[in-house]
Amino acid sequence: AVARGCGAVWRRARQCGAGGPAPRGQRAVACNGRGGAVPAGKSGLAPWVPVVGLEIHAQISSNSKLFSGSQVQFAAPPNSLVSFFDASLPGTLPVLNRRCVEAAVMTGLALNCSINKKSLFDRKHYFYADLPAGYQITQQRVPIAVNGSLTYSLCIDNKMSQMVTKTVRIKQIQLEQDSGKSLHDDTRSQTLVDLNRAGVGLMEVVMEPDMCCGEEAAAAVRELQLILQTLGSSQAVMAEGQLRVDANVSVHHPGEPYGVRTEVKNINSIRFLAKAVDYEIQRQIEELENGGTILNETRAFDSKLGCTVPMRDKEGKQDYRFMPEPNLPPLILYDAKSLPANMNHQQVINIDWIHERLPDLPSVKRARLVEQYGILPEHSFTLVNEDGLTEFFENVVNQTQMKPKKVIGWILKDLLSYLKQHSLTVKESPVSSFLLADLLNLLENKEISSTAAKQVLAELWKGEGKTPLEIVKEKKLELIQDQKELEQICQAVIDGQENEVIMVVLG
Amino acid sequence: QKVTVEVLDHLEHLALVDFRDAEGVERLQKAIQFADRLHEVNTDGVEPMDSVLEDRCLYLREDDVTEGNCTKELLKNAREKVEEYFVAPPGNIPLPKLGERETFLQGS
Repeated sequence: AVARGCGAVWRRARQCGAGGPAPRGQRAVACNGRGGAVPAGKSGLAPWVPVVGLEIHAQISSNSKLFSGSQVQFAAPPNSLVSFFDASLPGTLPVLNRRCVEAAVMTGLALNCSINKKSLFDRKHYFYADLPAGYQITQQRVPIAVNGSLTYSLCIDNKMSQMVTKTVRIKQIQLEQDSGKSLHDDTRSQTLVDLNRAGVGLMEVVMEPDMCCGEEAAAAVRELQLILQTLGSSQAVMAEGQLRVDANVSVHHPGEPYGVRTEVKNINSIRFLAKAVDYEIQRQIEELENGGTILNETRAFDSKLGCTVPMRDKEGKQDYRFMPEPNLPPLILYDAKSLPANMNHQQVINIDWIHERLPDLPSVKRARLVEQYGILPEHSFTLVNEDGLTEFFENVVNQTQMKPKKVIGWILKDLLSYLKQHSLTVKESPVSSFLLADLLNLLENKEISSTAAKQVLAELWKGEGKTPLEIVKEKKLELIQDQKELEQICQAVIDGQENEVIMVVLG
Repeated sequence: QKVTVEVLDHLEHLALVDFRDAEGVERLQKAIQFADRLHEVNTDGVEPMDSVLEDRCLYLREDDVTEGNCTKELLKNAREKVEEYFVAPPGNIPLPKLGERETFLQGS
């Protein structure tokens, strides 16, 4: 199949409010499968190639923090989940959490990375109120995993009928500490600091600039999110700050070197990620075409205005003065071959042991669904994408004689659209798989028509506790099977429409 | 070589250290000279060592909750607090630029 790419076309960007630039003018730019630009055509100007890379921070799903024994939990009383080490009191030392290392290894393996059997910890220095130590422990020189890849799919058109597969290279995955949280109180000109989050384990996943538009970035992050959730290494809920994405964006003309890139932060959802990236690409193109230059700066995405604005507090290029973390020896991982004979089990992490126990990744689940039920790849995407939908679908299939290929239509078109309209999750559905299977059985046995079935579903949606059969009887939706009765009805119709009958007979 | 004023200014910004006077800068110069003697050793083909701990085993802790829940104690250290939050200035207060702050580096 020809990789036609995301087909994203930029037209006039929305006018941005005060404080942000306002890109104007028509610009039609499409990116194709190879990340190149298609000539703009009408405008006659040289085409632009957008380049997008991502840095994703995923909070590790663990009971305690990366280097201390305080609890990891969202929304607890301020500073209640903080140990002396997290508060950076003198005399405290980091002690590495085994579970965090396993989570990073699992994630590295799932993303086809080489796991570094020896990785190192470093200090990254900068001052900020939510970083009590004045440095973050990270892995700058030799991270735990490198050189992987993530395959994701997107639909070329809006109708979900043509999907194309893309790959983005994973540069590395590193373990690092999260910082605390700052609450800005502008009225009293102060910042309130909560260190509950300080020291929580993070996996930073660095994606190479292989993407070319917001849609690709969003699809890649969505797939990563599904993988992390399947592995259990991170719950990756963006709304709770468990998954944070920074985008690096630049544009250049084909054949020329990469342009200056900007970093875009403060992106709070996958939808906003696509918007932020596309806005920034558009802004840079406009700026350059008007003879301006792009600054190598950090910008924040303003979701209300739909634009990116320069971030305050970022004075030029930061010098982090990286140095080795003197309190931590190298992290050594083993595999079946290098397993040491006389070492305490608890102190050994075996990469092969972890590899053998990896669960089925989303791509594997999708392939299985297609093979087992004969549904289309696009359908499998939607099933795996919606939490609980695969289970729902399989439950219905198991309780009905209707073929899965027909069931899928009811799941994706009828059920899912109802859920979306009312902003409900599958788990919150007033129609259970049992009820839907019941309804589909009536349809399959030709006891009701397809139109009637839709009416029954609408009734079931009200969640009044009636069964499909009860609703059918109540609304008299039964299909008439009796031949004689059908003839009588037809005759009555013909009798009642004499003129029309004459017209039909005359041709 | 002497350490330039630009580097000294950069260090004062980054580390919030105050070289204070010519003697402070001279001490820094001497420290660099002392460390530079490491260049006299031929290290071709030798893996850099960054810690005498490099052969030690990195201890792995079990993922149990064993600490925390000491809000009161931690806040004892805070000069100012608001409802169990630490209080900090609204943002980083950067060191004023070379021409705008009182520093002997100006004269150098």
